[in-house]
Formats: sequence, C-alpha cells, structure tokens
Amino acid sequence: MAQTVADISRGLAAGEFSSTEVTQDYLARIEQHNPALNCFISVTRELALEQAAAADSARSKGEAEGLTGVPLAHKDLWCTDGVLTSCGSHILDNFIAPYDATVIERFKNAGAVMLGKTNMDEFAMGSSNENSYFGNVANPWDQSRVPGGSSGGSAAAVAAGLTPAATGTDTGGSIRQPAAFCGVTGIKPTYGRVSRYGMIAYGSSLDQGGPFAHNAQDCALLLQTMAGFDPRDSTSADLAVPDFSAGFDQGVAGLKIGMPKEYFAEGLDDQIATVIQAAADELRGLGAEIVQISLPNTHLSIPVYYVIAMAECSSNLSRMDGVRFGHRCADPRDLEDLYKRTRGEGFGAEVKRRILIGTFALSAGYYDAYYLKAQQVRRMIKDDFQQAFKSVDFILGPTTPEVAFAQGAKADDPVSMYLQDIYTISLNLAGLPGMTVPAGFVDGLPVGMQLIGNYFDEARLLATAHTFQQATDWHLREPQL
Amino acid sequence: MSLKPEDVRDIAHLARLHIEASALDQYVSDLTSILALVEQMNQIDSRGVEPLANPLDATQRLRVDEVTEADRRDHFQQHAPDIEQGFYRVPKVIE
Repeated sequence: MAQTVADISRGLAAGEFSSTEVTQDYLARIEQHNPALNCFISVTRELALEQAAAADSARSKGEAEGLTGVPLAHKDLWCTDGVLTSCGSHILDNFIAPYDATVIERFKNAGAVMLGKTNMDEFAMGSSNENSYFGNVANPWDQSRVPGGSSGGSAAAVAAGLTPAATGTDTGGSIRQPAAFCGVTGIKPTYGRVSRYGMIAYGSSLDQGGPFAHNAQDCALLLQTMAGFDPRDSTSADLAVPDFSAGFDQGVAGLKIGMPKEYFAEGLDDQIATVIQAAADELRGLGAEIVQISLPNTHLSIPVYYVIAMAECSSNLSRMDGVRFGHRCADPRDLEDLYKRTRGEGFGAEVKRRILIGTFALSAGYYDAYYLKAQQVRRMIKDDFQQAFKSVDFILGPTTPEVAFAQGAKADDPVSMYLQDIYTISLNLAGLPGMTVPAGFVDGLPVGMQLIGNYFDEARLLATAHTFQQATDWHLREPQL
Repeated sequence: MSLKPEDVRDIAHLARLHIEASALDQYVSDLTSILALVEQMNQIDSRGVEPLANPLDATQRLRVDEVTEADRRDHFQQHAPDIEQGFYRVPKVIE
C-alpha cells in the first residue's frame, strides 16, 4: 500500500527507517516508472540524498519536526535555487532559478526532501499536460490517457507512488482537475492563503498554490507548512493560519451542503453524476444535510476566465524577452527581432494563443468590451457564491464533466479543452477554496468530488473531506503499474 | 468578432511574438473560435456592476520605501544570455 506523509513521518519519528532509506526507495521507484509516465522534468537525486542525510542528522540531534526527512516533489514552476525551473517551456529550459520560492523555502526550513520537479503544461496553460515542452505525462490508471493539467506531473506522481505528496498550482483547476483524473486528493486554498512569491505567474489575480496527496490528512500537513502571510507577495493574506488538522474528529453532523443544479445539467457525464450523487448520499448518511442550490451564472465562468487569465498572462509573460534569462534566438538583427524570434521560438502554440487573445482584449478600443466586461461578470459570479454561502456551509459537485480522456482527443480543439474546466474555474474567479476527493470510478477511471468552502475555511473543508475518507475507501485504490 | 490574418499579424506585433506565415491561418481560426466562446458573456446585462479586479476586493498593500534586498547582480546574471561588465547586452538600438 502506498505510504502517506503521515505514515512516513511516524516511521521516521519511531526510527523504523531513515530519511535516506525512504528517499532511496522513492528514487528507485522514479527510476523504474518515470520513463513510461514522464511525471518528472528533473529528478534531483544528489540534492535529495544530501537533504535526506541532513534530515537524518537533524533527527539524531533531536531537531526534527513533522515533515523533516519526508520526500516531496514540486511542480516545475516554483523557483528552486540552483535547480532548473522550466515551467514546462522551451523559453526557460536553461533557467536555473537564482532563489527559492517562499513555499520551497518553507519546505526546506521544515527539513523536507525534494525528489525533483514535476512536469506540467507550459506556463500552467492546459488541462491535459499535452502542452509541455518536455512531453506528455501518462495517466497511471490508463497510460493512453491524459493525467489532466496543468499540474499533471504532480498528480500522476502521487497516484503512481513516485512521491508521497507533491505541490501544484491552480489558476483555473490545475490542482483539482488532475487530482480528480489521477484519483488523488488536492486542495486549492483561498486566494492569498499561500504565497505566490517565486511561483512563476500566469494569471496573478487567480493563481494559488496547494498540495496533492493520498488523503485530506496529508493535504492538511502540507498546507500547514505552505500557508501563511508573506510580505514578499503583496496579495498574501495577512491572517493567522489555523491548525488545519484540529477539527478532524468533528464529523459532518449538522453541516448544510448545497448541490448547485447548474453543475448537474447538460455536459456532465451521466455516470459521473451517479457517482457524485452517491458521494452526497454518503455524507447525508454521516449526518450532513444536503440541499439544492443555484449558481445561475456558472455558464459564464469559462468566457470570463479566458478573458481575464489571457489578459493577465499576456502581461506576465512579457518578461520572457530573451534579455535577462532564458532562451535567446540566434543572431538577432535588432532588438525587435530579438524579442519576436526569441518568443516565437520559445513559446508553444497554446501559450501563443493565450498571449494573442490577452493582448487583443487589452488593446485600445477593445478593453471595455472584453476586459472590463469580464471583470463585471466576475463580480456577478462571486456574488452568486456569496448568496449561496448565506444558507450553506459547503458546496458539493463533480470536479470534472468527464473522466480522463485519451491523449490527443482534444489537442486540436482549444475550445473543447477549455470546457473541461467548467466546475473548477469559477472558484478561481471568486477566490474561494476548493478541493477534490476521490469519490468512485467510471470504466476503471477515477472520479473526483469537488467540495467548495467559503473564504479561508480550509480547515473545515479538509475536516469534511477527512470524514468522508474515514467512511469510504476510494482514496486507497491504487493503479496497477 | 471574426479576425482576419492582418488582425492577427497586428496583435502579434503588439505582443512582440513572431508567428510563422504558414501557421497564420490556424491562429486566425483558433482565435476566432476562442473569441466566439468569450463573447458568450455578452448574454448578460452587467451595466452598473463594479468591476472585480481582486477576488477578495483587497487593495494593494503598501510598504515603506526602503531598500530591503542585497545587491545580487552577479548571481542573477550568471544565467543571462549575454552580459558585459555587469550589463545585459542586446543589439544596438541607437546608431
């Protein structure tokens, strides 16, 4: 059975094994399975073994804490000092980050071990991991299928047992959708809960980091280290971080959970609807009250998202210009040629599409019709949620409209790919926390249930997921490799 | 709205992005279908709604204007494509 972070932490504390041993075990599993799965862009073997030895030495001096010596993998968009940070792109395929992201620094301070950097859609733009310069990632449940995206490498690595847990980022569903496709647990915290410092920006008003793990308990352990105010991120929330595991024995009795009728309308696979209904019945059996609610502007979340995310990315990615870091084209004629060819060679097709749409939406004469309009409808979407949270504690629905699809199935049709994010994207627009929990299978492929909480309510959200996982065993199922 | 090849060329210039001539028609078609998706938001009347820029309606936090970072120029320039005496070198801009 796959080891959880909590298992490893306990085993290390009890002296059953050393961090060096457990790190070597995971490195061996990576060596065995990564060639087929392609979860990792970089495996930092030497660094991992150094960190493991340091963790063992700290433990022998009585200086260990919960995550000391626990191996983890990080999405390749967190800056890691001295280690390739490619963001899945050719334009950064020689970028050795000169500093650590706050999240990476916090894991280092906690004594965690970094196994490597995981594969992802280029600049986190995609729902299938097919936009990576470093190749597709295979879904461990069926290697002809996609793992989801953009954090596909992290999700697949946890599912395949190549790491006990991993970090990712979520701009429109990039933690929740791949976690659902790969049958693991993932949480996107409230906007501002986890520092974005050193997290290469895609859509700055939407981006948020979070963990992938085998269960809610491990997600709580990782989030405990990741979360918290950071003066280096001007949008970081200056709020105390609660103990995310403290309410785990509270159960769900008395909780009111709303199911939006719009999430069960056209577009949702019937078999997924059945799985999610059964999961809701399970929570009802545990004492929660389930009611129907309405989020009337759900259908507008994809149009709004693709204006805002693309506008923000066109601005954020202007820093990739071939002057200070990253790829530069050969023999530029002049400065304009340097910019244009560097970017033309360095970015893949999906990134180019998004930069072009974003540039258009922000250009003179179109700003009001696209960007301003999108920001207005964004508020209407947020208001729908706030209306709902007046009468319910949580919102429950499917994480994705279908299970993991075949590689190549949507690769030539950007719009059909965008529709995959229908249930996840509105949370980023509203800034709300959401998580996905394994809830069943359709045709042998995992199905995720999404739980949505109100602002900064991650502790209760995790506790609710934990209660569900105490009563079910979907999260314990493992793919045959 | 439907884009024309010259529109995509103009936008690509604004974005300082080289698009191969052979790929232009594909971008015209992809971007036109993305705009058709995006324009679904025009179904709803949003007149008078205050635009939402930050999901928590937070305003920018300010800090005291003082130097907090050490000079790490050499470290940051280690992986630059082309430097000379601490400067980033690019093709000549002014003759």
